[in-house]
Amino acid sequence: MLDNINFLLIREIVSSVLIIMGVIFMLISSIGLLRFPDFYIRMSAITKGATLGLGLILTGMGIYFNEPDMLLKVLLIIGFTFLTSPVAAHVIGRTAVRNKIPFWGPTDLEEFKDYLRKEHSNHRDHERDNKHL
Amino acid sequence: MKTFIVHFLIAFFGSYVYFKYGDPLVPYNAIWAVLVASFIMFLLWLTSPFYHRAYFHKLPQAISLFVYFLKELVVANFRVAYDILTPNYRMNPAVVAVPLTVSTDMEITLLATIITLTPGSLMIDVSADRKYIYMHTLYVKDNDMEAAKQEVKDGFERRILKLTR
Repeated sequence: MLDNINFLLIREIVSSVLIIMGVIFMLISSIGLLRFPDFYIRMSAITKGATLGLGLILTGMGIYFNEPDMLLKVLLIIGFTFLTSPVAAHVIGRTAVRNKIPFWGPTDLEEFKDYLRKEHSNHRDHERDNKHL
Repeated sequence: MKTFIVHFLIAFFGSYVYFKYGDPLVPYNAIWAVLVASFIMFLLWLTSPFYHRAYFHKLPQAISLFVYFLKELVVANFRVAYDILTPNYRMNPAVVAVPLTVSTDMEITLLATIITLTPGSLMIDVSADRKYIYMHTLYVKDNDMEAAKQEVKDGFERRILKLTR
């Protein structure tokens, strides 16, 4: 019974489905990067779509190549990507707020006003740096 | 956490060595490798009450947090994908100040990472007194900020608190 199953075919189908889903997620988030109205929304589209897409593509690759070494590397890459990409997004978002990148018109900033006022009056580093240049 | 890392490494390299140098009963593929690693983890978990009682209770909660996170990740990705592909924006972005119950560095980092990885929400900053986190979120229904906060507090924060306290 088990001898009749074509494992290579099953592996190929499963990994193809995963890789195609990952590519579609990445494509959609790239379109989002072009379409969305402001910096913050664009960034939340691209970081997440790219992270999930990368995870799916690498999982598909690990299943296709079917070797212990490959699976080890794939899992490590996925783990480190999931750890580092939110940190990068956080730092970029905070830098954008400090540099007064505007929010999209309908964004509700009611609870953020105090923070913005404090941040913009305290931190004039970027202006000073620009003058220096 | 330390126990989990040690167990995970033992399980991973155990299954690695089993398939690489041992004489496996089953043909190698990704599913069997994961199953063997999980089996070793399960055996180690059964022995854990003898030296680390809390770990015995916390592993199921960690798994539930992980599964909930994966579900949220996929669901929210589809929601953002739908918004990208249809001509009109359904989103109603806002920056909300979520009051924190979690207090240690580890918990805040975990919460912030999970929030940033969920599409449609982005951490901007933690307030100086660690009472609030500022979260840029895309979907606030009917301008109801309290509901958006409650979603984070009931979903992720409650599970993280269960895991770490």
